[in-house]
Amino acid sequence: MAYDKFTVLRSSAVPMPIENVDTDQIIPARFLKATERKGFGDNLFRDWRYNSDDTPKKDFILNNPVYSGKILVGGKNFGSGSSREHAAWAIYDYGFRCVVSSFFADIFKGNSLNVGILPVTVSEAFLDKIFKAIEADPNTRIEVNLPDQTITLLATGEREKFDINGYKKHNLMNGYDDIDYLQAMKGDIQSFAAASLY
Amino acid sequence: MSNKSATLFDKVWDAHVVRSIPDGPDVLFIDRHFIHEVTSPVAFLGIETRGTTVLYPQRTFATADHNTPTLNQDQPVKDPLSAKQLAALSSNAEKYGISIWALGSPKNGIVHVVGPENGITLPGMTIVCGDSHTSTHGAFGCIAFGIGTSEVEMVLASQCIMQPKPKKMRITINGTLGKAVLPKDVALYMISQITASGATGYFCEYAGEVFENMSMEGRMTVCNMSIEMGARGGMIAPDETTFNYVKGRDKAPKGEAWDKALAYWKTLKTDTGATFDKELVFDAANIEPQITYGTNPGLGTGITHSIPKATEVKDGEASYKKSLAYMDFQEGQPLLGKRIDYVFLGSCTNGRIEDFRAFARVVKGRKKADNITAWLVPGSHIVEEQIRKEGILDILTEAGFELRQPGCSACLAMNDDKIPAGKYAVSTSNRNFEGRQGPGARTLLASPYVAAAVAVTGVVTDPRELLTEA
Repeated sequence: MAYDKFTVLRSSAVPMPIENVDTDQIIPARFLKATERKGFGDNLFRDWRYNSDDTPKKDFILNNPVYSGKILVGGKNFGSGSSREHAAWAIYDYGFRCVVSSFFADIFKGNSLNVGILPVTVSEAFLDKIFKAIEADPNTRIEVNLPDQTITLLATGEREKFDINGYKKHNLMNGYDDIDYLQAMKGDIQSFAAASLY
Repeated sequence: MSNKSATLFDKVWDAHVVRSIPDGPDVLFIDRHFIHEVTSPVAFLGIETRGTTVLYPQRTFATADHNTPTLNQDQPVKDPLSAKQLAALSSNAEKYGISIWALGSPKNGIVHVVGPENGITLPGMTIVCGDSHTSTHGAFGCIAFGIGTSEVEMVLASQCIMQPKPKKMRITINGTLGKAVLPKDVALYMISQITASGATGYFCEYAGEVFENMSMEGRMTVCNMSIEMGARGGMIAPDETTFNYVKGRDKAPKGEAWDKALAYWKTLKTDTGATFDKELVFDAANIEPQITYGTNPGLGTGITHSIPKATEVKDGEASYKKSLAYMDFQEGQPLLGKRIDYVFLGSCTNGRIEDFRAFARVVKGRKKADNITAWLVPGSHIVEEQIRKEGILDILTEAGFELRQPGCSACLAMNDDKIPAGKYAVSTSNRNFEGRQGPGARTLLASPYVAAAVAVTGVVTDPRELLTEA
C-alpha cells in the first residue's frame, strides 16, 4: 500500500516513557477483525486510551491536548509481541510518521518500515534527553532527517545519528515498496524455485 | 566457503538467499507460507489492487484459527466481523488455488499445530506466517518466523521476503530436568533469565541434552516461545526424533524422495568450531516448575518463589510497578496459594497431545475445583481425535472437565473466549500482556502440569505435590 514519502520531519512529539509497549496495547486483538486497512487509528492504544464505557481516560497521554505531533517517543523494547502489522497501521493512521525509542522489537521495526513509519533507534542517554526536554516543554520541536540520518532537538541543537540500511532508506524517501523490487527479479526467483528440494 | 564451519542457522539461511542487496536485506526464498484469516485479507487486497497474482499457490497453506468459536462449530459463526474474515480467507484461497482447512474441515486447527502434524513442515525449510509464533516450526531445524501483512503480500506475490540476516545466539542447557518440569518451564525459565527483550535481533539455536532428549511436541513448545524473549525465531538441529516424527506424515516425502531429503537433513547441524554472536549456558537442575506474575513473559519465576521486589528485576521500576498494579500483586507476595478463577489449556504453545496427556495425568482421580472455570481447547481436530482415542477425554470428563473445539481461543481472545476483567487465569498460552486474554484479564503463564494442579485445587499449586507416582 502506498505511503507518503519521508525525508525531513520537524514536529513536536508525544512522550510515552513506558518499557515493553507491546502490540496488544498498541492495538488489542479484538480490533483485528477488519478485512480492509481502514480506521485503525481510532483504536490505537484503545484500552489505555478509553474506559470500558468508551469515555476517554483523562490521564492517558493521547488524551492530553498539551501533547501532539507526528513523532511518538516510546520506552525501551517498543512494539514487542504479536506480528500484527495492524499496530503499525494504527500508529500511521493516527497521524504518527516516526517512532523513537532506544530499542525496537524486530517484527514491529520491519512492519513500520514497510508501511512508511520511520523507527529511529537512539541511545538510552539521548532518549532520556528527549523525554526530559518534552517534560520541560511539551512543544519541544524535534527534527528527524532521513537523508542525513540524524535526530535533533531543535531548541538546543543536540543531535544523534541513527542507523538504517541504504535500501530501506531509499524506499522510504521515494515511497517505494519491496514488492516492486521483488517482481522485477521474478526470473531469478523462478530459477531458484525450480532447484528447490521442497 | 564449504570447508568453513557453519552454524545450523547459517546453513539453512544461506541455502535460501536468492540475492543479497548491497547495503540492504537478503532476498530470502520461502519454502512454506501459512496464512490465516486475520493477517491475510489486506494482503490479498494488495495483490488485487496491484493487478498481480499468487506466484506459487501450492507453497501456501491456509487454515482458520484465530477467530473461530470453540463451541458449536457446525453452526454459522455469530459474530459478523469474524464470519466475514473467515469467508474472505475461504474465498481468497479458492480464487488463487490455495489449499485450505476451513472451519469444520477434519484437518482444521491452529496453524502451528496443523503444519507439523500433516508433514507440511519439514526439516531445513524456510517458513513464514503472519503470526509471531511461527517460530514453533524451528523445532524441525527450520528458519521460521512471523511476518507482517505487507510481507504476507510479498510472499504471495514473489515467494520471497526481504530480511537483514539476524545475529546468532546459542542457548545450551545440559543435565536432566527435575520432576514435573516440562518444556514450557524450560521456555519460561530462559525468558525470565534473559528478559522479554534479551534476544531481540538474534535468531536462537537451542542445544544440549535437555533439547536432545525432548519430544517434538516439547521442542515446538520451546521454539514457539522464542519470540517472547524477543528472538526472531529459535531452532533445534533435526535428529532421529525429528525424522521419526516426520516420517509417514501426510505430506512428508515418501520413497526415494524421502531418502534424498533425509541425507540432506542429516547435514543440518552446527559444525564444531562454528561461532555465535552470543552464547548462553543454563543448568537443567536450576529449573523448577515456573509461573509468571507480571505483564510480560519475562516476569516469571519458580512456582515456590515470591514476587520479586522492584529492585531485583531488570525491567525499569516504573514499568514493573505498572505491571504489578495491573495484576493487583504486591512485591514480595508468595505465588503458591493464590486463588485463581480460570484455567486455559491450549494454544500453539501447549495445545498438542502431550499437553493433554500431562494435564490428564494430574487431574486423573481428582475433581475440578468449584471456583475454576476451565477451557480445554485442543490445537486441532487431529489432537482432539487422539484425546478421545487415548481415553484422555474419559479422564477429563470424570474429573468434571469439558473439551472444547480447536482454535486459538483464549490465547488472544478474538472469539468469545475472553477472561472477564479483573479475573485471574492460569494459562498454558504464550502471552500475559495487559488485556491479552480479554480487557482487564490477569494472566499467569504456566505449564500444563501447573494449569492442571490449579484446576483441581483452585489455587496456585506446585504440581510436584500432586504427581506422587511420577
